[in-house]
Amino acid sequence: MQIAIIGRGGQGVLFLTRILGECALRTGREVIASETHGMAQRGGSVISTLKIGPFRGPLIRSGQADLLLALDEGEVETFAHLLSPRGTMVVNSKQNKYGLAIDATRLAVQIGSPLMANLVLLGFALQHKKLFCGYELAAAVVKDLSPERYKEINEQALQVGFKGNIITD
Amino acid sequence: MRQVLLGNEAIARGLLESGCIFATSYPGTPASEILSSFMSMVSQARSPALAQWAINEKVAFETALTISYCGGRAAVSMKQVGLNVACDPLMSSAYTGVKGGFIIISADDPGPHSSQTEQDSRWLAMMAKIPVFDPSCPQEAKDMVAEAFQISEDYEIPVMLRPTTRICHSRQAVLLHDLLPPQIPSGFAKDPQRWAATPAYRYQLHKQLNEKISALRKKISKKAFQKVLGNPGAKFCIISSGVALAQTYDLIKEGQLEELVALYQVRIPYPLPVEDLLAEINSLENILIIEETYPVIEMQLGMRNRVQGRLQGMVPPQGELIPDVLAEAISSFVKKPMAQPKHSAGKMRRPTLCPGCPHRAAFYAIRQTFPQGIYPSDIGCYTLGLNLQAVDTVLCMGAAISQATGFYLAQQMKGENSPIVATIGDSTFYHAGIPALIDAVHQNARFILVILDNSTTAMTGNQPTLSAERLADGRLATAVKIEDLLRASGVKHLQIVDPYHLDEMMNALKKAASFLGEQEGLAVIISRHPCLLLPGAKPSPRESLEISADCLGCEICLNDLECPAMVKNAATGLPEIDQNLCVGCGVCQQVCPSGAIRKKE
Repeated sequence: MQIAIIGRGGQGVLFLTRILGECALRTGREVIASETHGMAQRGGSVISTLKIGPFRGPLIRSGQADLLLALDEGEVETFAHLLSPRGTMVVNSKQNKYGLAIDATRLAVQIGSPLMANLVLLGFALQHKKLFCGYELAAAVVKDLSPERYKEINEQALQVGFKGNIITD
Repeated sequence: MRQVLLGNEAIARGLLESGCIFATSYPGTPASEILSSFMSMVSQARSPALAQWAINEKVAFETALTISYCGGRAAVSMKQVGLNVACDPLMSSAYTGVKGGFIIISADDPGPHSSQTEQDSRWLAMMAKIPVFDPSCPQEAKDMVAEAFQISEDYEIPVMLRPTTRICHSRQAVLLHDLLPPQIPSGFAKDPQRWAATPAYRYQLHKQLNEKISALRKKISKKAFQKVLGNPGAKFCIISSGVALAQTYDLIKEGQLEELVALYQVRIPYPLPVEDLLAEINSLENILIIEETYPVIEMQLGMRNRVQGRLQGMVPPQGELIPDVLAEAISSFVKKPMAQPKHSAGKMRRPTLCPGCPHRAAFYAIRQTFPQGIYPSDIGCYTLGLNLQAVDTVLCMGAAISQATGFYLAQQMKGENSPIVATIGDSTFYHAGIPALIDAVHQNARFILVILDNSTTAMTGNQPTLSAERLADGRLATAVKIEDLLRASGVKHLQIVDPYHLDEMMNALKKAASFLGEQEGLAVIISRHPCLLLPGAKPSPRESLEISADCLGCEICLNDLECPAMVKNAATGLPEIDQNLCVGCGVCQQVCPSGAIRKKE
């Protein structure tokens, strides 16, 4: 499975990458991922790519991503070329013009901080069974990788996304 | 046990598993996390190993090298352009050789993503005549650290590990081994003919280096390259290294080309055992070399009539070898079409200074005070002053100050006199700005220098600077103050301002200009406010700001300040404040000509 996580610097793309990498390890799968560090983290376009299975290179070729997780809908146009014609797009958005959309930022603000939109979106993708692993495993990994003082709220964010409603109007 | 590690973490783990007693670095993307990871692993393992940030790469290199002279295993890490700064000790240390294992980790940045150049450190290894390893994934990077230490000690030679951005910032499940307790350096054995060699002995040292390299080339032949893929009937041969090898592997699998293509990996691009490699691939008529970023393997192989690659043009001679680029090259090499992308990538969003960044206020003040100025600048977050049209040149670390001197001289020759305002960050000033400053003072150059002091190395992850009271691992340090250095260098006009107070900043700039009008020499302003990414630096409690109905829609706040928290409402066409991003620094309030930006009641 090939996954691209896209957003802007500071939105938590790297944390999602770590979570999914760890999930892959715990399900006994091979994983290689690539992250964006450096200047782009100052609000520029950032992308992580994860390849789960017998791959050696971390980058995804155009048209090969099975899943595109977009933390910022403003980045969809930049990276949509990576998505396979059979792939799914899961987008943090107020509109329903994408495959699967949820207003993750609004839900994250409701429980305390817009910075948790990343976990809301992940929970939403898990709800729709778009990942190689299930909710229970992801929740355990989120708990293990979160700093002590954020454990509870991060689990809550994942759960909010898992139960959250798809944008339909 | 396997653990998911970032490539840089895997390299740090490799250092600890090899008993490295000392590691140092100057931060730079993509290499920064090597030392910070090593530091935290050392503390977790309660290892006696020592890790510290250095003022620049040259100093880091020489300090680590000397630990090796004394018999300890040592490592120095940096980004590729950092190796330019450390090039002098690199060339000389190849001649003197080493005692304890000594590894240079130089991280290249094909693309480039976060660098001035996409130069190839393997080329510098070849120029210095030292072996270089080229890992294709984090696991290999860790394994190669152990091999590199061994070769370094067996041949008493510095050894380079050359990861690239896609290795440093890749994540992979990596197999961990036990840590080797580091050996305390045995001590310095004097040998002036070697360690302090005069030119006559240097000739002997060069001869010894050549002997080491030819012995090494024979010895490592089996380790330097290996077959990775390909059936016996394969007609085409691809030789690759680094992450390009990994991407090529995936493409051959995807296109089911194993029947056609034999894939070889070069692990040690220098010294390349050319004859053994040629003997291995002798039956294969067509050869394609895929490597990042310069044609190091291709040029060593030589055979222009049989080999295709970056020199010949089948692989583009510049740029990162991303899968889409490789697919095109491989498909034209094997003369078999591979599915090509239907859509191309969209435009990447440009990075900006963070909301509330003190540099933004300083640049705004500079631009407003000297709209006709020339603005030499430097390497760091503040390069993004470009977005505020307050940065005209960015060359390399420290160049803002020497280029300001150059601009001053060019103006003198022409009889011109427009204001020159150079900007440089605090960490960059320590790194390479100090000699340029002393030179400018000595030459009586006239310009304004603004040192953007946010008391950290922000761009690379907030490593401490030399103004800190403690080292990164908590040991006590002696703080070296910028203002003390400036006064000691003979700077006659110095003012320290918090740029959040725009009026004060602009007044300081005007005062600096009138000083320059009266006497020779440069005027310096330290624009001092901590980086908001440092703990406790964000204004607290946060002032909530809003834009009232008095807004005239002049867009000064949107265009001239370029704050990410200031957004244009698509419906009204007027600016509004994104409360999720705003930190309440209040600089936009001072910029608004109609006083429309107010505290929320």
